[in-house]
Amino acid sequence: MISNWQWDTFYDSFPIIIQGLGITLGLTIACYLFALIFGFVWPFLNQIPIKPLRWLFTWIMEFIRSTPPLVQLFFIFYALPMIPVIGFTLDPFTSAVLGLGIHFSTYIGEVYRSGIEGVDKGQWEAAKALNFSARQKWSKVILPQAIPPTIPMLGNYLIIMFKEVPLASSIGVAGILNLANSYGSANFRYLEPLTIVAILFLVLSYPSAILINKLERKMNRRFEKSEPTGSKPIEEVKGAVSQQ
Amino acid sequence: MNAIADIFPNLMQGVGITIKVLLGSVILGYLIAFISGFCRLSRNPILRGFTRFYVEIFRGTSLIVQLFWFYYALPILFGIDIGSNYWAGVLAIALNYGAYMSEIVRGSILSVAKGQTEAATALNMSPFQRMRLVIFPQAVRMMLPEFGNYLIQMLKATSLVSLISMSDILYYGDILRSNNISQAPTIYFLILVFYFIMALPLIWLTRKMEKVSKKGVASQ
Repeated sequence: MISNWQWDTFYDSFPIIIQGLGITLGLTIACYLFALIFGFVWPFLNQIPIKPLRWLFTWIMEFIRSTPPLVQLFFIFYALPMIPVIGFTLDPFTSAVLGLGIHFSTYIGEVYRSGIEGVDKGQWEAAKALNFSARQKWSKVILPQAIPPTIPMLGNYLIIMFKEVPLASSIGVAGILNLANSYGSANFRYLEPLTIVAILFLVLSYPSAILINKLERKMNRRFEKSEPTGSKPIEEVKGAVSQQ
Repeated sequence: MNAIADIFPNLMQGVGITIKVLLGSVILGYLIAFISGFCRLSRNPILRGFTRFYVEIFRGTSLIVQLFWFYYALPILFGIDIGSNYWAGVLAIALNYGAYMSEIVRGSILSVAKGQTEAATALNMSPFQRMRLVIFPQAVRMMLPEFGNYLIQMLKATSLVSLISMSDILYYGDILRSNNISQAPTIYFLILVFYFIMALPLIWLTRKMEKVSKKGVASQ
């Protein structure tokens, strides 16, 4: 049945696609770091004491997370240079970092938020009772308890980011999917290059998913033991594309 | 304002396709999710192994890669034509999200408290009755919030079909942009608003489902 597979094409396209692997991985890391840092913005914006502002930011976040990242990429790449006041042009790579980074920062913001909410109320009160300053409270009490349970979830997002990054091929970032597609259109053979891309994704994301799964179980066990701190492992984060 | 009046009706042409793709992939996706969720729980090791293989393949690779593979590679590989880019798009989205959602189906069924199974057995129910009358109704409630989230995810995923040249909203938007580049900000912002308007009922539905699922589930 599988009669149309050509090994020649396979060996021919392999090195070309591998060239793009560095860019795909680099883009993944760049987008992920951007989302990690920018993600801190949302929990703060959603807690602004002024009600109309808080409402506005909540809806902006909802808007970003419920519209397609592909359209957001196009918006940043094609539309930003055309807006009169802004008017700067971004190269595809930077556009992708901005677009995917902002999109995923809304999810990562939710992870941070649930981490902070998971810290027991008594801990806030204790910090207050000891007369800690705001900085001491966050650095000594809240964050050390809020961050560890979020780590598996954040790891998950690294894998999810890796799988979303090929979207950037549509604005011309020369990652693996882009190179496979251009090989396909030049040689009229899409089967082999696209299969190579699929295999590369499996080979890279599957082992890391297993690793993160292990980490998650380890964390869960740790937090079951130290229950009095009140830190609960995050079972579900709204909108997360969970990896088991 | 004039620009919006020009662009709006053009984009409206694509809304039908977007909704058609969404409906197709939602129905097929949930069907696949339930079937493969139950298969993962079956006693038959071959069935279990095969479903596991499917789930890991589709979760391990990227949706956009699967979409291109279905559209460009599958017809060459087997010498068959899926028929249209509609089915390539719907199949890719449904199989991808079906794989993710099957894990939710499996997880929810497993997390219904053991006592419920035991009680049903004590009442002399057959395994099928047990699942149909006791376990499944409770499990479905647990699945609801995640199912709602995946609805929104699938809506977002439908934008990808424009890359395999289906004439959805984004496709019309791209044509408009190539005709008049200076209109790009308005065009893409309008597209985003279109998607958001379509997502609003789904967001509302998800919140409703979250409320329903909080009531009356016997979990451990």
